[in-house]
Parts: sequence; C-alpha cells; structure tokens
Amino acid sequence: MLKTIAEFKRAGRVEAINTLIPYAGLVGLEAFTDEDGLVAVLRFRETNIGNPVLRAVHGGVVGALLEHAAILHLLAETDVQVVPKIINLSVDYLRSCRAADTFARGRVIRQGRRVANVRVEAWQDTPERPVAAAHAHFLLIDEGAATS
Amino acid sequence: MAQNALGIDLCRMRGLPHVSDSTHSPQIARARAAFEGIPHCQHIGMQLTELMPGWGMITLPYSPRLIGDPRSGVVHGGAITALLDTMCGVVVMATIPDCQEVATLDLRIDYLHPATPGLDIRASAECFKVTRAIAFVRGVAFHEDKAAPIAHAIGTFVFATATAQARQPAADLSGGQPC
Repeated sequence: MLKTIAEFKRAGRVEAINTLIPYAGLVGLEAFTDEDGLVAVLRFRETNIGNPVLRAVHGGVVGALLEHAAILHLLAETDVQVVPKIINLSVDYLRSCRAADTFARGRVIRQGRRVANVRVEAWQDTPERPVAAAHAHFLLIDEGAATS
Repeated sequence: MAQNALGIDLCRMRGLPHVSDSTHSPQIARARAAFEGIPHCQHIGMQLTELMPGWGMITLPYSPRLIGDPRSGVVHGGAITALLDTMCGVVVMATIPDCQEVATLDLRIDYLHPATPGLDIRASAECFKVTRAIAFVRGVAFHEDKAAPIAHAIGTFVFATATAQARQPAADLSGGQPC
C-alpha cells in the first residue's frame, strides 16, 4: 500500500489514496490540493446526518474527517515511511455541522522520530468559522519496532 | 431497578430519581427513539442492545464497507469514533429526565488495540456526572471482552431539558454537535 501511496505522491495525486479505503467511499471522504497544501473533504450525504431535526452531520463522522485529514496530511506533506497509526484523537465540537460539504486541513505541530502531533480544523463556509478542531498523535514506526 | 453489569444502582449513585422499571421509562423510550432516528447510525448498521439511565451498549456489526486499512481489513477509526460518540450521547439522553437535546462538546478517543477484522464491535458508556447543563461520560469499545478494549473514550456533552427550554426558549446548544 505504501508503494501505491508513494506512486500517488509522485504523480501529485495524494487524494487518490481515498480510492483504496472502503470507509472513505462509505461516508464520502475526498481530498484536493490548493496552494496551502492538502484539504480533506467530507461530502454531504443524507446518510451522514446525526440529527434529523437540525439536519446536522453526525459528530462521529466529523471526527472521522478530522482523523482522516490528519493521516492524509502526514502522508502528503511529510516524508513518513509507514502509514501513520493513530494513538489518540481529541475533538472539540465548536459549531453545528450543517447539511453541506465540510473541509479540513492538518498541520504538523511536532514530528519526532516515533510520534507526530497533528492539529486539524474543519470548516464549512470559511476556515475562520471552524465547526470542529482536533489534535491527534500518530505512531510513525511499525508496531514491532515500537515494542522492542 | 437501574443497574449496570456490576449490579450498581446507577440512579442512586448519581442522586437521580429512582425509576422502578427504568428500561421502560419515558426517557429511555425517548433515547431509544432518538437513536433509531439517526440516519448515520442506521446506515452503518449500529444496534442499540441495552439502555438504562446512566449506562448503555451498542453493537456495530463488522462490514467490509467500514474498512480503513485495506492491507489488514481493520475498521476505520472514524467508525469507532462515530460508535463511541453515539453511545455516549444516547446514554446522556437516557440519564437526564426530560432531555430534549444533546450535543457533543468534546470527545477524546484513545486507540488501544486495532479492531480484529471480521468481528463485531461493541461500545458501552456510562454517564458519571451530571450538572445543570453538562454531562460527563466515559465509554469503551471492545469485541467480546471489556478487559481487552479497542478504544476508550471520554466526552463532555451539553444538554437541554424541556423545562429549561420552556424557561429559556432558545436554549443555546450551538457550541456542540449532535451526536
């Protein structure tokens, strides 16, 4: 899979990673690149609704977008040699996530040899009005190496 | 009597009104109906198997659609986040008498062990503290054995009751998100 990811990176098509991931197709996770780097997208789908009265997106799916954006950011914007493995994720829900596409961009706060700390913010209309923000830790070495 | 698997009277523990047949109380019925009405939960196949004031359990059957790592077939962390967020929110609704709305303020998930491909994932949660507007909840995701957890969650939820809404019609839950 890393080989495929490396090929996607070389071809400048990191967003194509999503085509390998069934869950991305299930909830509508996509990505594109702008002048500031990779942006993950959660397409609006009726099946992502968490509150039918407010027609708001399920907080768990917003969490999935943030986690996914963080991993894609590490794969696209850093030279990690493994698929980063999530250690933990802490999400702050800031606004109701309406029935529309949601975007998320990650930022590496610190990348060590073994662990990366990534911040992610998600928004709908404008990044200045985030709907959710998260920080997450990822393990950058394979499990065998981590425990030995 | 509202008891969890350990036989603890959760209502009494939290100073909540004692409900004689809590699994059939109005707040449980309301919480169950709210869960059944969540399109995303239906879409990914969540089943609410147990619910009482202060505690509940949901099962997420394994499906290849939930795979996040195609090399191993392991379920995407996002599905586990949605499962734990839902479980925690439903338990809040089941715990608060007259609860009309619940929104997640924050949720932290520790991924302790990868889920085993092919196995259903269960999540249970308990609401361990309630204030006038905020509920504090912890949850765990696992396959069969709670002692071998896949993930732990701790979350804070804001809620509004019908009484509070009548007093202050525009109860502001805008800080959170529906769970």
